[in-house]
Amino acid sequence: MSTPKDSLETAAYEGSRVERSTREVEDLAKGEYKYGWTTDIETDTFPKGLNEDIIRAISARKQEPEWMLEWRLKAYRNWLRMDEPTWAKVHYEKPDFQDLRYYSAPKARKGPKSLDEVDPKLLETFAKLGIPLDERKLLAGVAVDAVFDSVSVATTHKEILGKRGIIFCPISEALREHPELVQKYIGSVVPTGDNFYAALNSAVFSDGSFVYVPKGVKCPMDLSTYFRINASETGQFERTLIIADEGAEVSYLEGCTAPMRDENQLHAAVVELIAHKDATIRYATVQNWYAGDEQGRGGIFNFVTKRGKCEGANSHISWTQVETGSAITWKYPSCLLMGDNSVGEFYSVALTRNMQQADTGTKMTHLGRNTRSTIISKTISAGRSDNSYRGLVRVMPKAENSRNYTQCDSLLLGDQCGANTFPYIDVRNTSARVEHEASTSKISEDQLFYCQSRGIGPEDAISMVVNGFCKEVFDHLPMEFAVEASRLLSVSLEGSVG
Amino acid sequence: MLEISNLHASIAGKEILKGINFSVKEGEVHAIMGPNGSGKSTLAQVLAGHEAYDVDLEKSRVTFLGQDLLDLPAEERARLGLFLAFQYPVEIPGISNSYFLQAAMNEIRKSRGLDELDAMDFDELLQEKMKMVEIDPGFASRAVNAGFSGGEKKRNEILQLAVLEPRLAILDETDSGLDIDALRIVSEGVNRLRSPNRAFILVTHYQRLLDYIVPDFVHVLYKGRIVKSGGRELALELEEKGYDWIRTEEDAGAPV
Repeated sequence: MSTPKDSLETAAYEGSRVERSTREVEDLAKGEYKYGWTTDIETDTFPKGLNEDIIRAISARKQEPEWMLEWRLKAYRNWLRMDEPTWAKVHYEKPDFQDLRYYSAPKARKGPKSLDEVDPKLLETFAKLGIPLDERKLLAGVAVDAVFDSVSVATTHKEILGKRGIIFCPISEALREHPELVQKYIGSVVPTGDNFYAALNSAVFSDGSFVYVPKGVKCPMDLSTYFRINASETGQFERTLIIADEGAEVSYLEGCTAPMRDENQLHAAVVELIAHKDATIRYATVQNWYAGDEQGRGGIFNFVTKRGKCEGANSHISWTQVETGSAITWKYPSCLLMGDNSVGEFYSVALTRNMQQADTGTKMTHLGRNTRSTIISKTISAGRSDNSYRGLVRVMPKAENSRNYTQCDSLLLGDQCGANTFPYIDVRNTSARVEHEASTSKISEDQLFYCQSRGIGPEDAISMVVNGFCKEVFDHLPMEFAVEASRLLSVSLEGSVG
Repeated sequence: MLEISNLHASIAGKEILKGINFSVKEGEVHAIMGPNGSGKSTLAQVLAGHEAYDVDLEKSRVTFLGQDLLDLPAEERARLGLFLAFQYPVEIPGISNSYFLQAAMNEIRKSRGLDELDAMDFDELLQEKMKMVEIDPGFASRAVNAGFSGGEKKRNEILQLAVLEPRLAILDETDSGLDIDALRIVSEGVNRLRSPNRAFILVTHYQRLLDYIVPDFVHVLYKGRIVKSGGRELALELEEKGYDWIRTEEDAGAPV
């Protein structure tokens, strides 16, 4: 089946326009979602609905080992007994899981062996998104895995990485080539029955990235996955598994976009990170899924489970996220600090506008001694959106001398948006020290006037104040991502202040 | 370069400026003095284009370098060459002074059809100006006014003035909250920036500042009107007699 062909021009939509009280915003075009077009490509798509046969069919398409199918079925049976969570501060119509497709893939020419064999339309799609997959054009410092709907279409720089024993490939390929590694680690951080959407993902996930960095190896370049949803009425369920063995280091970047459609689309991913002794994993996300229009029609439901396990002593996991897209975001990248002296970090910027809803934060669970965690959350709300930080800091009885520092800052633009902070603190060891700071502010007229009186226009002034507000988080992004994130915020904010 | 005629402005329905008239020529320094609540800061903010004030556009007329100032939003007034040094400079956390000033300068240059300065060229210029107004080079990388002391904020305003090189600078109570050393440094900075094609309006409550920056004209603002204008000696007379002198004179003569 193919998708309707939309040109870039017709797909453009008018971005959020909250009328400024004093001055009309001049350039309407700036607030547009740039990535709303679709690719017209022949696909191999499963019929709607979810049952054991669909799961068997997915597993068969992927030529998975038998144990994987059993694992999926177990997850599915678990899922059937579970209820959708309702505790998040988000409102939406529950997806009809029988009205979704669980697999859609561009018709492959018998599994491309190299980039030359990849459908040019796909290469073109990613090039248009600013992700050239041609290695000659790629930035030398980043290896990319590109995921289109349910499958990975290309992974670059495999050879360079391979020489150091680093595995970076689609998880479907890892299941065929390195089944023992996948079997050892998959579900070890997020078990199949962990939560409703994690269980669903475990049953039907179709692709995602797999990373293994061997002992003592520092990955010579950033690894990056770019997720693109194209097909309509199809859920994207990707699964990412990253393992840093003893003393290894890796930095991973994730970006996402989707076409603009009137109906909501479901994205339910699971990401698992495992850091062994002395290992470091840095995981950064710039999430720019389609967020729906001003009336709240359409947009992605982003229900994601991300969790890292600092298994060994002195291990370090750092999550950095910039969330600007999705109609609804429901996501808590977390750390299990098991190894002594292990460190968990969470740096987040979440921006909502129009009718967007975000309920995002983190969980830091201190299990080992001298474990440390840092949480810096910056939320920016505009329009009629609702933005919540929800975080749990838990210190278990054996976690002697644990430390946590949490800082949650909210910035409001306009008077119809909401910002909430829900901190949960559960400390079971008296030697622990847990600090929490929170602030809420509005962009003040004074700040805008100050910038204007120096010649800086109001839109640029807003973007400057917001970027300043987010600086502590952007400082933790790789340079190029930080520039992209800053630009994304500015575009998202055009015309957001009344 | 600046002609103000019958300027009326109010905030939240309350009229603050009730018909201001005066004009400023190139190279002149004017001091606006007056007791608290007379409308001094309002005048400064209205000229700079603060949107919280309602200007009575039927009565009021203000031209700056031949342009109708009241038609322009604040940023365009700045690009035209008008500068306001704030009484309470605003903090912008996370944005460095140098980035902020470079952005401002390039907006102004763009509007005049000049090339934008890159970070290297701008930094050179900034270093030079910092030296000129005796500001520590560390200022450049600190976030705009965030965590600055009162004196540092005021000096930072003078640094911005030095970098942006406006045609007309309005200094709103720049002397308030400054100790004697800071006042000297700020004043010397301003004096160095005096030039035949640049004018200043000093808004101040105290005569003290005028010992350091000697004005050509002094205007006394009271209840939204300029009630006395004169030369430097008017400020000295005011210091001697106090604002009660103005109050008594005006309130007695004013229609009931």
